[in-house]
Amino acid sequence: MLLTHSGEYVQLLTPRGERVDAPGFDPWVADIGSAELRSLYEDMLISRRLDTEATALQRQGEIGLWPPLLGQEAAQVGSAHALRQSDFVFGSYRENAVAYCRGVDLTTMISVWRGNANAGWNPYDISMAAPAIIIGAQTLHAVGYAMGCDFDASDDISIAYFGDGATSQGDVNEAMVFAASYAAPVIFFCQNNQYAISEPVGVQATKPIADRAPGFGIPSIRVDGNDVLAVFAATAIAADRARSGNGPTFIEAVTYRMGPHTTSDDPTRYRSDDELAEWRAKDPLDRVERYLTRIGALDDTETARISEHSDTVARELRAAIRALRPPEPLSFFDNVFAEPNRHLARQRSQHEAYLASFDGGELS
Amino acid sequence: MTEQATAGAVRTLTLSKSINEGLRRALTDDDKVVVMGEDIGELGGVFRVTDGLKAEFGPQRVIDTPLAEAGIIGTAVGLAYRGYRPVCEIQFDGFIYPGFDQIVAQVAKLHARTNGDVRMPITIRVPFGGGIGSVEHHSESPEAYFAHTAGLRVVTCSNPQDAYSMLREAIASDDPVLFFEPKRRYWTKGEVDLEHVPDQSMERARVLTSGTDITLVAYGPLVPTALDAAAAASEDGISVEVIDLRSLQPVDFDAVAASVRVTGRLIVTHEAQRFGGMGAEISATITERCFEFLESAPERVTGFDTPYPPAAFEDHFLPDMDRILDAVDRSMGRRNSLSEWRFDG
Ligand SMILES: Cc1ncc(C[n+]2csc(CCOP(=O)(O)OP(=O)(O)O)c2C)c(N)n1
Ligand SMILES: [Mg+2]
Repeated sequence: MLLTHSGEYVQLLTPRGERVDAPGFDPWVADIGSAELRSLYEDMLISRRLDTEATALQRQGEIGLWPPLLGQEAAQVGSAHALRQSDFVFGSYRENAVAYCRGVDLTTMISVWRGNANAGWNPYDISMAAPAIIIGAQTLHAVGYAMGCDFDASDDISIAYFGDGATSQGDVNEAMVFAASYAAPVIFFCQNNQYAISEPVGVQATKPIADRAPGFGIPSIRVDGNDVLAVFAATAIAADRARSGNGPTFIEAVTYRMGPHTTSDDPTRYRSDDELAEWRAKDPLDRVERYLTRIGALDDTETARISEHSDTVARELRAAIRALRPPEPLSFFDNVFAEPNRHLARQRSQHEAYLASFDGGELS
Repeated sequence: MTEQATAGAVRTLTLSKSINEGLRRALTDDDKVVVMGEDIGELGGVFRVTDGLKAEFGPQRVIDTPLAEAGIIGTAVGLAYRGYRPVCEIQFDGFIYPGFDQIVAQVAKLHARTNGDVRMPITIRVPFGGGIGSVEHHSESPEAYFAHTAGLRVVTCSNPQDAYSMLREAIASDDPVLFFEPKRRYWTKGEVDLEHVPDQSMERARVLTSGTDITLVAYGPLVPTALDAAAAASEDGISVEVIDLRSLQPVDFDAVAASVRVTGRLIVTHEAQRFGGMGAEISATITERCFEFLESAPERVTGFDTPYPPAAFEDHFLPDMDRILDAVDRSMGRRNSLSEWRFDG
């Protein structure tokens, strides 16, 4: 059932930027010529730029918290590009590069981390669910959505993004049971970034995570998650299987979270500089840059253009934050229910009266 | 300095360090105590409450668990069956729900189901409450779900000494205890007597300021807020008796009733949503017990019946001194924000 064998992983682009053969996977990237690869590179670079900018904005007090995706650009951008816009994405809090690829409005994205909103973008605008902070919950949602696609006889599919830590949750395991039972057109995309906050992946799994899925009746693929081509190929294979009625596929993208868990975290407490250096050498952007340069697809003009584009997006992010106005204070009473609710209307009205009693400076 | 020297084991500690010391003492005194949770080892917990414990007691006593709350509580049940005394950490209030089934359907019931043959001396530590500007699921107050569940004890502390003493008592208890830690007060400092012997006083409320006009019941993070409100009211000639409830299950109704028999007025404040909350239970019971003593209807100053809002709104959601003072006015029959309020929505 394994599409790859235990322990091995698929790689199409080595860290040194060499394109290597991967029979069974190569055909899935046949359409990715140098221009397409350059555009994947561009999205990865912009994702990194957005991420660095958001981290800086947190340091400057413009936002409260940020979960960096530094190091996971290939896993997110490669998989996002293998989907259709009508497919539905269920992510955690870290899939901001996926959101970028789906055309998220940056203001809505950043409003969550500014503390203005709980969910940010409208899920139906970009076919991407509200970010899930409760670890693993979204995997069940993805399966249910996929079941709905199947009931509708549509060839849309869904994808669940989750981490290595999440694989320990009951929800994720139940999601695999449901997906297998109903042959749901869903992709389980696990970014094994080696850590769940401070806990190394060994706490969650003593064998490669990809080995687990076949026990549920779900074929799995283990890929070099820092190789954008391998990730694209694996996701394209899984999407094709789902669309053609062959049910779920599990992908383990082996990657590394090069930054802290969030801007509140101090990774020096639980991992070494040597380990970080080892993974820096496997950086997902460097290898594409090396490859593109070698084949002559990334000259100075292109480099300058991409860098200018990323500057523009970074400026847009800053502008998006500056444009955020303090929300209307009592709007948190809105939308608790879809239908009118008298109890809540009454409570809100009382609080309005309370606030009004301050007019004139003092509670009179 | 001299005070510290003469008092021997009395040290000035933050609330979080007091819990750390309480855990250290429990691990030292009883080798059946094990501490388990996510990120509690190398990292020392996201709030550093378990800092240094893994290095001191080893990975079999201080256990970094897989990321699964049902797993943490469920395996604690098995450890308890085997004679262990697990102390589980739930990383944040909003993450307790995957473990909810194990807590309410298993932990809470096992002693009764087995006619007392099986004990569940499990302590479940939960940092709770808002006020730290955090993201979704990190600021909730779920205590009422657990207080509602028969078979669980529920306590919360408001100061470093209680954090230390009550935690040790919770761990020593043969019943399961939900131990709610007021996370926004983790950095509050106070004197802690580390030789304080667990004396089964955990379930007793404590009168913090005596007063004759109003009984103000608070617990956990809002105790300092209640004290501020009492001080402000006293400048206005109103004498407020502040009670730190400490135990939410059982509730020390005797203490609250005794106070209300003197004051004739009751205000309960908590961060949790109002509907079906601790304030409702306390108001109902005190009305039953002290009806003839009441001068005015019990007041509740609480979070609203909305999900805990994004950080930008939390100052509106969280009860503060002014909202308590407005309730004080209402309770005293003075002009207040609702004097002319009508609702015809
Ligand atoms: C149910 C639940 N428990 C605990 C947490 C706290 N928490 C937030 S992120 C995290 C680690 C997640 O690790 P992983 O699934 O590997 O994803 P990553 O953060 O590495 O992307 C934990 C424990 C949570 N958000 N939800
Ligand atoms: Mg991870």
